[in-house]
This record gives sequence, structure tokens and C-alpha cells, in this order.
Amino acid sequence: MASDVTRRIGIVGGTAWRWRGARRMSTSTSTSTSSAAKTKSSSGSTKKEVNLFTAINQALHIALDTDPRAYVFGEDVSFGGVFRCTIGLAERFGKNRVFNTPLCEQGIVGFAIGLAAMGNRAISEIQFADYIYPAFDQIVNEAAKFRYRSGNQFNCGGLTIRAPYGAVGHGGHYHSQSPEAFFCHVPGVKVVIPRGPQQAKGLLLSCIRDPNPTLFFEPKSLYRLAVEEVPENDYMLPLSLAEVIREGRDITLVGWGAQLSAMEEACKEAEKDGISCELIDLRTLLPWDKETVEASVKKTGRLLVSHEAPVTGGFGAEIAASVAERCFLRLEAPVARICGLDTPFPLVFEPFYLPNKNKILDAIKSTVKSSRSCVFARQQNIWLALMHPFCPHKQKQPVTGLIESGRPDSGPTVQPAPSADHPVQQ
Amino acid sequence: MAALAKSRTLIYNLNSKLGSLGMLNRLTRRHFPSLTPQILASSDFHYNNSPNLFVSRHFESTKAQTHPGSLHGDDDQLLDFPGGKVGITSQMRFISETNDWRVPCYRVLDDDGQPIGEFVEVDEETALKMYTNMVTLQVMDTLFYEAQRQGRISFYVTTIGEEAINIASAAALSMDDIIFPQYREAGVLLWRGFTLQEFANQCFSNEADYGKGRQMPVHYGSRKLNYITIASTVATQLPHAVGAAYSLKMDKKDACVITYFGDGGTSTGDFHAAVNFAAVMETPVIFFCRNNGWAISTPISDQLRSDGVVVRGQGYGIQSIRVDGNDALAIYNAVGAARKMAILEERPILIEAMTYRVGHHTTSDDSTRYRPVAEIEWWRNSRDPITKFRKWIEGNRWWNDEEESQLRISTRNNVLEAIQAAEKLKKPPVAELFTDVYDVLPPNLLEQRKSLMETLKKHPEEYPQDFPL
Repeated sequence: MASDVTRRIGIVGGTAWRWRGARRMSTSTSTSTSSAAKTKSSSGSTKKEVNLFTAINQALHIALDTDPRAYVFGEDVSFGGVFRCTIGLAERFGKNRVFNTPLCEQGIVGFAIGLAAMGNRAISEIQFADYIYPAFDQIVNEAAKFRYRSGNQFNCGGLTIRAPYGAVGHGGHYHSQSPEAFFCHVPGVKVVIPRGPQQAKGLLLSCIRDPNPTLFFEPKSLYRLAVEEVPENDYMLPLSLAEVIREGRDITLVGWGAQLSAMEEACKEAEKDGISCELIDLRTLLPWDKETVEASVKKTGRLLVSHEAPVTGGFGAEIAASVAERCFLRLEAPVARICGLDTPFPLVFEPFYLPNKNKILDAIKSTVKSSRSCVFARQQNIWLALMHPFCPHKQKQPVTGLIESGRPDSGPTVQPAPSADHPVQQ
Repeated sequence: MAALAKSRTLIYNLNSKLGSLGMLNRLTRRHFPSLTPQILASSDFHYNNSPNLFVSRHFESTKAQTHPGSLHGDDDQLLDFPGGKVGITSQMRFISETNDWRVPCYRVLDDDGQPIGEFVEVDEETALKMYTNMVTLQVMDTLFYEAQRQGRISFYVTTIGEEAINIASAAALSMDDIIFPQYREAGVLLWRGFTLQEFANQCFSNEADYGKGRQMPVHYGSRKLNYITIASTVATQLPHAVGAAYSLKMDKKDACVITYFGDGGTSTGDFHAAVNFAAVMETPVIFFCRNNGWAISTPISDQLRSDGVVVRGQGYGIQSIRVDGNDALAIYNAVGAARKMAILEERPILIEAMTYRVGHHTTSDDSTRYRPVAEIEWWRNSRDPITKFRKWIEGNRWWNDEEESQLRISTRNNVLEAIQAAEKLKKPPVAELFTDVYDVLPPNLLEQRKSLMETLKKHPEEYPQDFPL
């Protein structure tokens, strides 16, 4: 039981996540600088500055209000949840629709599957993504296959599993994990991660109303930290559609959730060095939007993926592989992966473990630098490029394609080996 | 200990507690009389003044204080804990790991098919439907098993020895009740109207299989018959049953959920999760355990240390009953009563049906490697649930030898016809490989489908020929 207690302490009123800096993130593309607490947009919907947990809470209020068959439940949900996401729901919608469950994740998800199979919207909460593993079988073998194995006679599409994930500054092994990649290997579920309050509300409502079982991982470090204007009305954002949140020419950065803030900082720093970065929020990891990433990489010729989860077998690997499949001849540098280290999540070493701004910035620079001699080629003309004194392709016979992959140290011999010798961590 | 306990009582607020002491049930008996099945069967059994260990009250933490009758102690004092008031004792006494008697099995018919106590009357029509369904199930099992042995289907699971559990439990339910099955309850589906052809279509994975050929044989499912599609996973359906039952309760439906599982399934985490959730959420769900003694080759003695499964109900705060799984009338009565309690009182019920898996685990198993043939044959010949039920209906002059022989011949022909028809149907189209993963095909599956179709065009000879695209 001791572990159950430690699960709950320290997080609710925690202050330690300020290691990231107590700043307000710009998490939306609309760079609203309004300091007013409440504004009204041209479309007439009222906006209010709220943090992430309040945005989630708003979405849950709307979900329960708009569908009498919606239910919200999980450990400690009744009193508002350890992160306050479910605050006020039980009072408003009653204990039959918003309730505590016993401390048993496989029970929560299994119960939710049955509830969803009867045509309800079962919005279940796993208190921390680190504790989702007891429910792994229920998610992988049951929820994900429910429709398929019945030939579409039954489905549990009303199932949504919310879980806070990611680094929080003081979470150690069991309050910090990012388990998204495990679930991205499971056909039949959707995996969605928002980057901030406005996104969270719209994406969560989409998940709840999507006719497929959905996992919604919430960046817990941003629950209080991220504040932005969020429309108060009911709105949904599309799933399986990535969003370019910063346009650029030289390199594409792909990430999701809280990691985007570190990536955005790195983009700004890189800009000072004249490197123009394009930043993409993948938003939905499964099924993911390859087209947006592909179009961007074809434009920039370079890719960096970044996530908090360990690099080996992380979802970044899937993105890198897909980009290699689709954009190989347009890549001018090895794909860089700036991710968590291949260790358990370490308490005091968290600042070293994390793929922070500096690691990303260094990788941006080295990726761009390693192929800079070909930038000219990409943007001008293959023949001019081959005459360029620093172009690694110079001594090679003219090629029919635009340009082959530039390998930084390969000199005149060009072999398409984009990432084999590229250090993963800078 | 006494001093310690006394001093601790000072910590707690004892106001108003003494007043309730008169209600304490002081009738704790140290020696329990053996209970007859009649007592167990009586409808008020759970509410009478039977020994405390039998009283399975409907606890809820906030309501616990309203049941002071369940409190026992040496002292006239109570401690108020978050889960309710608890008496105190100066004796350091560990609760025994087991009772000194085993929970008896509720039975209606003796081995000769003679009623041994009161039971809900079953009319002739229902009785004959139950009987013919049990025979049909047995004949279907025998012929499908042979079809597997002949290589016509890849796999099969029989219910041999458990026909009464299958049919009688189904007969006691309403069609609105939702079934969350394991994989040895084909008879429940048969009772509900799944045709022999529908069974055969699933086992042959043809285009008429509702599951579109995606699952192994015997993984039936039917939306129109409220029978949730079977999965091979063990006991994972139990938590689903609780969630579905919660939905019925919220909708105030006159229906419950029943979920079936074996003795092996009670060792899973999902069993614990489901029964506990059901107890806490007070859902109308019947947990039906077919304790047939074997989980593949693992005997019940390697599975658990408690007196079977029935005693676990009390540990979770739910009512439970043990029945003779080879006595169709006992099962019919128990499930009928459980259904009523589940719906009217909004509570889960645990039923443990004691039986024996006469067949092998599956067609992939040879159970003679781990259990004596004589044991199997004894159950097959001396304890056959169909024979026992037949004795009863024959005793009522509802059945005779001629009808028996006609039934078996016609059923055999019907099953063979269904098998032959199922064999002739085409396989499901290859395109169905990609559907139903999600409600619509995402881009990755569209791409993969296109790629596969191109491969099939290039190398048609490398793939099975009987699949339309």
C-alpha cells in the first residue's frame, strides 16, 4: 500500500516542475498576445486564458453535458482527480456518471470496454501513464481487437483512456514515463497527445467522440504551467492530422506533447544562427499523418525527431523509417533522433536524461552543417551543385535524380547510408 | 492485547456506539451444522439466521454501519474505521484458511433423475427444448470434432460433459440478457437460436462467418443474439461483463449480464478485478464458473487452495452458490434465482458449477497424457448430464426411446448437411483483411491493401486460390 500512497503525494500541489522555467508557453499557432483574461474572437466564441488541466476539465464537462451516455471514472476521480482534471464533474453530473473505481487498472479499462461495448462513451482515467501496464492486455488484446474480431458486430469505439505522461521534474521511475510507443504498435487503437490547453480540449473531445478506442496522453508537466486562450465553446480538432506550428526551410522537426516546447525553443535559437526550422506537432501518433511530415521533409531535406521516451524502439524510429522510405532521395543529412536515453527514467538525473533544448539545438546545427554543401544544390541546380568545390557529390557522375543523400564524412564516394554512422545523441 | 485494545478504544469516539450493541448478533457458532442442499436452495437461505460465515451481506463502506448485526467481539465496544465499525477482541485469533466443511453442492435431481427437493417447475415444452438442445450440442460437438480430425477444420473445442451448464443456464435467462462467454459455451448460443449452419460457417471460416474468417473455429459471436464475440484470452471478458452490466443498470433495463469462465480463469487478475468492481459498483452480473477440474492439464489442486471458487464470493462481498453442474434443473433454478437477485437487488452473483471436462481441452490436446482414461470414462458414463436429464423427462412421460432415436438421427443429418454446405462456400474476400481495424481504413491500411493487391496480381499462384479479392 505504501506505493499507492506515494503515487498520490507530491504531484497535486507539486512545484518541482518549475525546473523547466516558470514561463508561459506559446502552444498554439495563433500567436495571440492578448493579456486580457477573456476575449471574444471574430467568430463570436468566448475565449479565456486557462491552463491545461482546466481545458481538459472543460472538455469533460462538455462531453458529459452533450451525451447522456458519457461516463467518467478512474482512481480518485470523484473528488476531482489528483491533477484536478475531473473537478466539479461528480457534483454536476452525479456519482452514477462520474465515479471512483477500485485501484486496479486492468479493471478500469476492462470495465470501460464493456461499458463502451453497450454504446456508451466510457472516459476512463489511468492516474499515471506509468501505471497503464496492468491494463496493457485489456488495451492490446481486447479493446484494439474488439471490432475486428467480431467482424464489426461489436465495437468499443466509445472508449477513451486518459493518462498523464512524461517528465515532471521529480517523478522518478514511476511518475515520468512516456509509454506511447508501446501502443503505437497496436492496430485498432488511436494514440493522441496534445501540446497545450487549446489543443487538449479539442483533441480530447475528438477522442471521446471518435468511433474507435483512443488513448489520450496528457503532458502532466503542463497541467498548470501551460496557459493559453481556450475557446469556452464545444469544439473538436481533427485526429490523424499533424499541424505545422512553425514554418521553415532548412530542417523539419517532428515531436508531440510537452517536448514541443523544448523543440520550439531550439528552433528560436537556431534562427539566430540563420537556420530556418519547420516544427510539426504530430498530435495523433496512431494512425499518423505521414503526408504532412513527408511534404515538409521534401521541402527541407532534413529531419529531426524528438521525444522523451527512450530512443530505441521509440516512435521516432517509425517516423525516421517512414521518411527514409518516402523521402530518401530528398534527404540531405541523416535523420537525427534526439530522445530520452535508453535507461529507466532517473530521478536526480532527469536534466541529463531529457532531450532538452541544447541537445536539440546541437543536433539541428550538426544536421544542417553536415549537408550544407548541398543546400545550394537543392535550391538551385544539380549541375551548379556538382561544380561547387565543397559539394560531396562533385566528383560523381551526373545523376538522374535530384541529388543523392549527402553523407557528411564520405568525401567523394557517395553511398546512401543516411544514418548508420550518425550519433543518436549529440 | 486486551489492555492495548482497550487503550486504543479511547482514541475513537465511542459516543452512541453502546446504544447499538443490543443489535449485535451474539450468536456466533463455533460448530456449523452441515447444510443440506434444500437449505441452500431455499430462497431465503441468504437471509436466515445461518452461521455468520454464510451471511454475505451487501456491504458498502458508507452503509456498513447500518449492519451492526454483523459485528462480533468479546467486548461491548466498537472501533470506527473508514470501512465501518468493527468490534474488538482480546483474543489473538487468526481466521482459519478454510472452513472445516466444504460448501455443499445444490442439486435438484439425484443420479436417477429423481427430484430430491423443491424446485421451480419446468414445463414440458421448456424441458424438451432443453433436452433436445443438449443432445444437439453433443451431436454437433462429436461431428465437428471428427471434422477437425479429418482435417476439414483447423481446430475445435467441445463442451462434452458440460451440456447441462450450457443449455440450462441459457434457458434460465432472457434474450435481453447479455452473454460474455469464454469458449466452452456454444450451447448458450445454440439455445438462443444460432443455427447449425451458422456454427459451421464460423468453424469453416467462410464468407458467411460473421467474424469474416479472422478468428479460430469456435470463436462465435452474434449481435442479434446478444452473445459477445468469443476471444481466446482467458477471463478477460469478466471486466467487460461488469461494464456492460453497469450500463444495463443505468438504463434501468430488466436484464442482466452473465459471463462464463473456467476454474483456471479464476486465477487471473481479471477475475479479481471484475468481481471486486462488480461488488463495489453493485452491477447486475452473474459470474458463472464452470469448475470442470482441469485448466488444460492443470488440475484444480494446482490452481487454488480455497474450497473451490464459491467461497471467494464472500471475500469480495457478493453472494455465491455452488451447484451440481451436471444437474440441468439445479442450474436452471440457480441461474433463474441469481438473475432475479441480480436485477432486482442490483448485485452481482457468483455461481460455481461443479463438473468435469469429459472432452480434451481442445483438438490440440490429448488429455489421456495427464489423467486416467478410467476417470474420463466414469464421468462420461456415470455422470453424464444428458442421461440424467433424460431420466427425469422420461419419468414425466415426456420422452421415449423412439423420439430419442429420431432426434439423434435427424440432428446428425442436420449437422452433416451444415458442414457440407459450409465447406462449399467461398472464403471471405481478401479486402476484409483490412476492414474493421478502425471504423474506416486509415491511409496506412489503404496503402498496404494496394500493395498487397499488386502482389497478388503479380504472384497469384503463391497464394490460396479460394479467396475472392
